[in-house]
Amino acid sequence: MINLNINNQRISVQPGTTVLDAAKKLKINIPTLCNHPDLCVAGNCRVCVVEQTGAKTLIAACSMPVSEGMDIHTNTLKVRNARKHIVELLLSEHRSDCTKCYKNQKCELQALANEFAFGDTIFLDLVEDHHYSIDRSSPSFIKDDSKCIHCQRCVRTCTQLQYISAIAVANKGAHQKISSFHDRPMSHVVCTNCGQCVNRCPTGALVEKTYIDQVWDAIYDPAKHVVVQTAPAVRVALGEDLGYDPGERVTGKLVTALRQLGFDSILDTDFAADLTIMEEGTELLTRLKKVLVDGDKTTSIPMFTSCSPGWVKFIEHKYPEFLPNLSTCKSPQQMFGALAKTYFAQKMKLDPSKIVSVSIMPCIAKKYEADRPEMRSSGFKDIDYVLTTRELAVMIKQAGLDFRNLEPSNYDSVMGDSTGAGVIFGATGGVMEAALRTAYEIVTGREVPFKNLNITPVRGMEGVKEATVKIEGCTADWKFLEGAELKVAIAHGLVNANKIMKLVRQGKSPYHFVEIMACPGGCIGGGGQPIPTSMEIRKNRMKAIYSEDEHMVLRKSHENPDVIAIYKDFLGKPNSHVSHELLHTHYTERDNY
Amino acid sequence: MEKKGLTKVDLIFETIDPKEVLIKAFKMSSGDIIKEMLDSGLKGRGGAGFPTGLKWKYAAAEKEPEKYIVCNADEGEPGTFKDREILDRVAYKVYGGMAIAGKAISAKHGIVYLRGEYRFLLPQLMKELEKFHKMIGEIGYDFKINYCLGSGAYICGEESALFESVEGSRGEPRNKPPYPTTSGVFGKPTSINNVETLVTTMMIIKHGAAKFYELGTKDSRGSKVFSVSGDTPTPGIFELELGMSVQEFVTEFGDGDTKAVQVGGASGFCVPRKKFQNTIIGFEGVPTGGSMKLFNSSRSMYNVLHNYLDFFAEESCGQCTPCRVGCQQLLKGVEKVKKGEVKSTYLNELIKLADTMKIASKCGLGQSVGNAFRTIVENFREEIIY
Amino acid sequence: MYNVGNLVKELSEKHGRERESLMPILQGIVEKHNYLTDEAMVEVARELDISAAEVYGTASFYTFLDTDVRGKYIIRICKTITCSMKGKGEIIQTLEDMLKIKVGETTSDRQFSLIETNCIGWCHKAPAILINEIPYTELTPEKTVEIIKGYMQKR
Repeated sequence: MINLNINNQRISVQPGTTVLDAAKKLKINIPTLCNHPDLCVAGNCRVCVVEQTGAKTLIAACSMPVSEGMDIHTNTLKVRNARKHIVELLLSEHRSDCTKCYKNQKCELQALANEFAFGDTIFLDLVEDHHYSIDRSSPSFIKDDSKCIHCQRCVRTCTQLQYISAIAVANKGAHQKISSFHDRPMSHVVCTNCGQCVNRCPTGALVEKTYIDQVWDAIYDPAKHVVVQTAPAVRVALGEDLGYDPGERVTGKLVTALRQLGFDSILDTDFAADLTIMEEGTELLTRLKKVLVDGDKTTSIPMFTSCSPGWVKFIEHKYPEFLPNLSTCKSPQQMFGALAKTYFAQKMKLDPSKIVSVSIMPCIAKKYEADRPEMRSSGFKDIDYVLTTRELAVMIKQAGLDFRNLEPSNYDSVMGDSTGAGVIFGATGGVMEAALRTAYEIVTGREVPFKNLNITPVRGMEGVKEATVKIEGCTADWKFLEGAELKVAIAHGLVNANKIMKLVRQGKSPYHFVEIMACPGGCIGGGGQPIPTSMEIRKNRMKAIYSEDEHMVLRKSHENPDVIAIYKDFLGKPNSHVSHELLHTHYTERDNY
Repeated sequence: MEKKGLTKVDLIFETIDPKEVLIKAFKMSSGDIIKEMLDSGLKGRGGAGFPTGLKWKYAAAEKEPEKYIVCNADEGEPGTFKDREILDRVAYKVYGGMAIAGKAISAKHGIVYLRGEYRFLLPQLMKELEKFHKMIGEIGYDFKINYCLGSGAYICGEESALFESVEGSRGEPRNKPPYPTTSGVFGKPTSINNVETLVTTMMIIKHGAAKFYELGTKDSRGSKVFSVSGDTPTPGIFELELGMSVQEFVTEFGDGDTKAVQVGGASGFCVPRKKFQNTIIGFEGVPTGGSMKLFNSSRSMYNVLHNYLDFFAEESCGQCTPCRVGCQQLLKGVEKVKKGEVKSTYLNELIKLADTMKIASKCGLGQSVGNAFRTIVENFREEIIY
Repeated sequence: MYNVGNLVKELSEKHGRERESLMPILQGIVEKHNYLTDEAMVEVARELDISAAEVYGTASFYTFLDTDVRGKYIIRICKTITCSMKGKGEIIQTLEDMLKIKVGETTSDRQFSLIETNCIGWCHKAPAILINEIPYTELTPEKTVEIIKGYMQKR
């Protein structure tokens, strides 16, 4: 153990602990900016400088490991003056149009300015000296370099968590900037729109492209019927933006809030998640039959899930030769969208051209996905607007709803029923678990052999998870699978997805079915979720997801009454002709830069 | 204060038989070589002045079997050109110094990081290197040197930025600790030494620590190669004993009208005429990696300062706030003062900013911008304002 | 026109495909082709299995690894203090007049580019320039004209 003093308080910590973490243990707050718990230490912003007795310079608490006998002071005049200078310097290169900024009151620089640099600014405005541009090319997010404070959280995110490096630090000195490949528009580079950078940007330099006003316009247009769907991960995170602790489930209040905001039909993406399981499960079993029984060389396994649009774009850019392995199923959002303007319209006797389809997602890649040209199989744009969890919270605040005191209520019918299987889509491993719950039962006629249906090996925060399910006692139709060991893998965060893809490319993958989610933790850690997001927060949200599942009466996709009804009334059976028209899609090879 | 007069020395460029010196060195133990360096009082000649013997001692103590000797030939400090001259004339002594350093810390690999601006020297340096490898093979000693080239980035002279560059990345300085002797290039224990330092170590082995120790002063032992430029009738390279005053230097090299000497380049200190007499060139006074620039009364110190600040604003790596933004603020600030767009008292705010940069920047670049700024503004305030 | 794919392959064979091979490969391309085209950077990224944005980010850090169009002869004029004091302005004027371009530009026949650069280590022989890697020192307008004439005849 290493002994040191911080502000005259003695503490012993493990070797390798940083001064920042040691101070935290003493409940001494040292301000930080470039630091983020999900990312490696940078030591760039220098906001966390503290004084070490005997040292010539100040030290950055985030990057300095403790040493024996260290004597640290976090709030001397020297430290305060330096910190004030540093915050002032950052403000001088940052376009401070705070009251008009999307991140107003959610900006970490603004918070620091509030603490250290209020009153007259010392330094000259540098923003006018740079020819900053605002990149609005992506349908998912906006990159505004005039608000960038060069903390490089986004770059570290893109590299360390997502293995993409669509953005990198370019140039040096006064011209240093965060840039795509040779300043190309973000819509024309390898970016997956996952939004993890947006989630970590401390300022308004990277923000989601918002469609709040368009949605309000639709709500207030009497000619329009506004349908809204909510993704599973939204209900376990929305509360964070409305004053709740991470991990609080607010499903019932969420539904009431949407109703009070004026949406006409409040429906659930979970329904479409259950539908996805039916389609994807059938696709998997069909592929396995083709490969194992028919010896069909044109059928590709392992089959990859396709619910995560960030992941889909990743494979399109980086591993296009494996696009045939990607399930042809659209994501639940898009299945829902295609059905809202067809099946739902018929059922409710609505003119589909008058339906505005809105989805509330933990994701910003969903905005991009909704914009893909393939996603118009209803004859219209299947999903009109995608809002993030954060944007919904903004709408709830704008409408002045007293969220905490709302009476919980239930989703509307037709496409509002859900099961626990649909809910767990929101966490890494959830799609796999839901698929196994259904596929195993289709094949054997029995429930999966896991206590209380909880397939624990596929759960948790491990970057790559593997499981093997032995299939025994098959029904007559599925005898060819008797005794087979179904090997599955799950990855979340594209850096982990890449590990699996490397194996696949090397021909070393033993897997039949692989679930991949672009974001760490799956959708609960999505780019559109409340800020901050960290491992601890993701774990709380994950716990809430599984608790939501446990509290459901129905926990298997094929038992969802609305799903049963839609196959009976509209689709026929999974992978039917109608299904293929509406619920399946194709993919496009893209450049790797 | 101990003081020596101006004495010319011929150590660095002295012709020697390298084989003889190396055979002598290889017979010594690692500990003996390090002791010799410690006894000589040699401090690094790149500018920072860390005791060479101590650096080698730390690197030698590391258990890791793979270690590196890196020769820092990224001579980018404005006004410094002595390393180019050394490499041009006595590269074999640089290689010899690297082999001696290798012996001291048990490293088998040497890397010379040569700035891109000196690429034209590479063919002759490679020829010399071939000869060196052959000679060392004859002695029966195992040590290999290869070259890495820079491509125009002042900051790569900072040791950890240099490692990043060697590893194929942007030359952005690392957080310290860990220090290079623990984790340097490729994460291995590394002794990184300046070109001139390495030559000096070879000369110390040849002549013995005592001879070197006799030269110079308590804080600044030995002699040093100076790069003399600016308003002087005799610009060029001069090896001088350390410990002379700026006045003695100006008497020798000035044009009779010297009003200031910038010691140590853009990151160094400006000494005005009134302080020539009482300022020692060395670690007890103004330290320098060798850059000595003279300005006569026809020069505007505003232009000098502006030129330096422009240099730093471009050459900062840009990663840390105090340096990236601070350099731009200092530059824009003096421009506005000069134009009368802000009050001249704004210079006081800028001096405070320079002080913050000195204590809060991540690396030596940002920490030293304030040296020139403060000394020029304080001594030539009226030239900045009017 | 050279085949960028072949050149990058050749350089990768020579220097390896590790991250530390990046600088020598980029330097090799610039040596042959004066600057880094987007196509070249994409090829390098593919060969080294790193992102193109990182290749660009690294290249753009280094003054000599140009990512904008450059001519066959890149003239870099030292703009640091001694060269500034000793007549850099005159030399630039001479070069601009002769080549009919401004600093930062490239002649339309892609023969010459004119760029200012920071200290190149010839302060005792100021003013100084580099043409590609070759230094020319103690320049006067007359001497500059002769040097450039020599290059013009070389083409």
